[in-house]
Amino acid sequence: MAQSDALILLIEDEPQMRRFLRVTLQSCGYRLVEAATGEEGLAQAATRSPDVILLDLGLPDLDGLEVTRRLREWSEVPIIVLSAREQERDKVGALDAGADDYLTKPFGAGELLARIRVALRHRILQQSGQVEPLFTLDDLRVDLARRQVFLGEREVHLTPIEYRLLAVLIRNAGKVVTHSQLLKEVWGPPHMNQTQYLRVYMGQLRHKLEADPTRPRFFLNEPGVGYRLRIDLP
Amino acid sequence: MISMRNDDERPSPEAMLKLAQAEEEAQGKHGKLKVFLGYAPGVGKTYAMLEAAWWKKLDGRDVVAGYVESHGRFETDSLLAGFEILPKAQITYQGVTLAEMDLDAVLARRPQIALVDELAHTNAPGCRHKKRWQDVFELLDAGIDVYTTLNVQHLESLNDVIHQITGIVVRETLPDSVLDRADEIELIDLPPDELLKRLKEGKVYTAEMAARARENFFRTGNLLALRELVLRRAAERVDAQMEEYRREHGVKEVWPAAERILVCIGANPRSIRLIRAAKLMAAGLRADWIAVTIEAPVKVRPSESDLKQLTEHMRLAESLGAETVTLAGHNVAEAILSYARSRNVTKIIIGKPTHPRWKDRLFGSVLDEVVRGSGEIDVYVITGDSEKAPPRPAVAAPRRGWQPRDWAWSLGGFGTATAVAFLMFPWFTLVDLAMIYLLGVVATASRVGKGPSLLATLLSVAAFDFLFVPPRFTFAVTDVRYLFTFTVMFFVAFVISRLTVKVREQAEAARLRERRTAALYGLSRTLVQERGVERLSAIAVKHIGELFGSQLVILVPGPEDNLTVPVTGPGTFALDPREMAVAKWVFDHRQRAGMGTDTLPGAKALYLPLAASSRTMGVMGILPPPAAGPFDYEQIQILESFASQTAMAIERAFLAEEAQQALLKAETETLRNTLLSSVSHDLRTPLAAITGAATTLLHAEGALDQPGRLELVQTICEEAEHLNRIIRNVLDMTRLESGAITVKKEWQSLEEIVGVVLNRLSEKLQNHPLTTGLPEDLPLLPFDPLLIEQVLTNLLENAVRYTPTGTPLELAASVREEEVLVELSDRGPGIPPGEEERIFDKFVRGIGAGGGVGLGLTICRAIVAAHGGRIWAENRAGGGTVFRFTLPLGGRPPMLEPEEA
Repeated sequence: MAQSDALILLIEDEPQMRRFLRVTLQSCGYRLVEAATGEEGLAQAATRSPDVILLDLGLPDLDGLEVTRRLREWSEVPIIVLSAREQERDKVGALDAGADDYLTKPFGAGELLARIRVALRHRILQQSGQVEPLFTLDDLRVDLARRQVFLGEREVHLTPIEYRLLAVLIRNAGKVVTHSQLLKEVWGPPHMNQTQYLRVYMGQLRHKLEADPTRPRFFLNEPGVGYRLRIDLP
Repeated sequence: MISMRNDDERPSPEAMLKLAQAEEEAQGKHGKLKVFLGYAPGVGKTYAMLEAAWWKKLDGRDVVAGYVESHGRFETDSLLAGFEILPKAQITYQGVTLAEMDLDAVLARRPQIALVDELAHTNAPGCRHKKRWQDVFELLDAGIDVYTTLNVQHLESLNDVIHQITGIVVRETLPDSVLDRADEIELIDLPPDELLKRLKEGKVYTAEMAARARENFFRTGNLLALRELVLRRAAERVDAQMEEYRREHGVKEVWPAAERILVCIGANPRSIRLIRAAKLMAAGLRADWIAVTIEAPVKVRPSESDLKQLTEHMRLAESLGAETVTLAGHNVAEAILSYARSRNVTKIIIGKPTHPRWKDRLFGSVLDEVVRGSGEIDVYVITGDSEKAPPRPAVAAPRRGWQPRDWAWSLGGFGTATAVAFLMFPWFTLVDLAMIYLLGVVATASRVGKGPSLLATLLSVAAFDFLFVPPRFTFAVTDVRYLFTFTVMFFVAFVISRLTVKVREQAEAARLRERRTAALYGLSRTLVQERGVERLSAIAVKHIGELFGSQLVILVPGPEDNLTVPVTGPGTFALDPREMAVAKWVFDHRQRAGMGTDTLPGAKALYLPLAASSRTMGVMGILPPPAAGPFDYEQIQILESFASQTAMAIERAFLAEEAQQALLKAETETLRNTLLSSVSHDLRTPLAAITGAATTLLHAEGALDQPGRLELVQTICEEAEHLNRIIRNVLDMTRLESGAITVKKEWQSLEEIVGVVLNRLSEKLQNHPLTTGLPEDLPLLPFDPLLIEQVLTNLLENAVRYTPTGTPLELAASVREEEVLVELSDRGPGIPPGEEERIFDKFVRGIGAGGGVGLGLTICRAIVAAHGGRIWAENRAGGGTVFRFTLPLGGRPPMLEPEEA
């Protein structure tokens, strides 16, 4: 499956939004299936097996969280949530329930296409079962097999927690990872609420790996949601 | 000096009324009357009045002393010296010169506030008015505020009561309506012990006057009674104000039923019949009914079984729907009647007396007094059929239980008296020895109960006969006259011992009541000063918990029909679901339950409803100390009065909050309107640009070259972004103002949020070189990341918008004592002097701004304030502006588990 002829399922009730997305996505070569309600979307997902799902959180019949949960019961397909600004909590809920990424309306076409690309890339890796042993981003190089981190030619020493944090982010590179996902993976389920841990260790990572910690290039913070490791620099 | 006036010269009442009206019209207002109310001379009324007046004087009010009597008290004198004192009028009456307030002089001087001591004073004949309060009213009518002092015993309605209690007839009285007219009453309170101390120290009267006063008036018992009267009076006024408040605010009121029945019950089993009869009558008349028991001083210590019986009766009455009340009173009939009057009772039910007639002759009959004094109230006397009445429990327990120590005391007293008499026998007459025995009996009675006292009396008479009356060492008596001596000796000893015991018990009861009253007053006074359910709960927990040595919890209705506990911590206890269910029951049914009651007695704590006049405000749970048993009826009653005080305070807080919310709602409404009118214009501008550009693209496609098309598309993008920003600000503002945004504080890294903002704004910041100065060791701070991101975004966007392209920006943070200071400095044109505050106001925009709504900084201020910080702007030396805001450090973030290396 190539990136360009991927099938995208769009679950969105607003006709204007559907029109804008249809034009944008089709002009980029994606194939598109549309659904105006949650139930219809679930049906389409089952029959058409799309490669990516774009899911609006403000559906008239089911809430986005419910749709995500029901999809995740049987499918691993990447879900990108489209939310308005007021739906902060629903958004995090959907991400924790298994959605892969989100976009806050209004968003630009560039952002949308980037998210779709990341989702498709993860989809391909997931299906092939491959693990990329080497992660490179500009002068940051992480050898996952040897657990070594380089900045340019210099090796950077990380503590175990810093490294685990980095590894989780690399595994989800380009996608947002919610606070609770990170805490669960790095510290274990009992520490799911202790976001101050994250603040401290993410700060340490930034100070060790970013040139200017106040303008991070690699580690993006999404306030109230989680962190994202960039995969391509602007 | 004013001369004596003849009656002819005195203006007629009509004329005075006219004058007053005319003046009123000219003034357009009445003066305000503030009364400093005390319970006895020397509690510090005048001092308090002068002190209050001082503050007013410092505020720039024109205060003069119209008539202030310092009684030669130094502190008062020194305060008084600071005021302008108007000369007193000297009035000669029957050769005596009396000083009175010169009313005309005060009126002519026309101060804003006049100080007039002793409101109840009777003027010397020859003054315009007979009473000083009439002078005061004239001052008030002339628009002069008056501060005055008053002792409670001068109130007309209390005259009889005070005569009853103190035996003193108060001649200078004041109609109650005068006090009702007061706009403000300040209660001046001083514990009686301290008052007596001050009296002894000569701070109240001169030495010889003090001695006389102490004998007549200043007895602890009197003072306690007076104090209770004044406290009650003040509490009633607070209640009345509360009622008024409720009426004004349209709180619905339940009007009393037309009929109200009062039934008098006691420990006697026949009371059950009375209760039933009352219930029947109440049901028939659809009336409220009240079951009343009297805690008479004679029965200060009812036996355990009596108490239990009484408790049962009260519960029975309550279960049948009665309100139960315990009255304390010196005179039973009077207590019943005055309470009945105060509650608008229409019918009184009372039991037929069962005791022999001679007792009534001797001690007076309660029934008789009630019937005679009932006036318009019907009195029903119901048979107590003694044949059919269940016998009283056979276990007539000793009144105070078996107290070996008391009996030992009685034997000891008797033994000592005998020993002393034996030693004295050779040198003294028999009469003297009898006196020694009497002394022994009195000494015993002052410590022990009735039984042991009686024993001591009997033993004394017997020993006197056996040991000393000839023939000695036999009980035989040669002279028959000795029998008379024995009888008299027995009766004297018996009566004295009885009286001594009674006096002691009365004193104990008074002390107990005083403590309760003081505690209740203390609680209500503290509650009045506080706002907010949390603070009120905390105070109730502390006060009541300490008084009863118990743990306490207050529950108030929370969201979704649940009860929540606003205050936890020391002095409270945790409720498991079972206990919570009991509390919920209490809340729903507005009745007490739990330990020591008939409902759900298995609970580990007692739960009382916090019943206020309009609704149930919550539930109070009281957990007695582990060793103690359940609370008895009396304690529950006291706890209930504490609960009702608490309920009233919470209700007050609640009403205040409601009023606040109504105000907020109105303000929000105004804001919305302003927003609509202001925003509609701001929204149209970008919309017009977008519509224009889009239609051009649509219709004039052929005529446009590539750069032209690009420019139009760019316009659409930029204006859409602009529109988004306006909408975001407007929404945020509305939500902040209406309280829809809650601050979700978490431990956050400021560096991280700065990073987010700088990334997001990187395109806009292209033309403004920005340096950041964040210390590496900046601690985590508790804040809401989304809101603080908003603050930084707004500040940076403003900086970009209002400063010329190419000028540098600096963003820095530093840790200060309790807070972190964040600064954003620019080199723009600066803020016009004097505008530094105003730029944070709603809808204020900068000059030459490219179209914001003028809400950005207002939002910043609201958010920062919600975090407990401040935000302000200053012009920089060398040009430009610096915006600063602070965020509290909020203690230390929770410690991290150390990471293994």
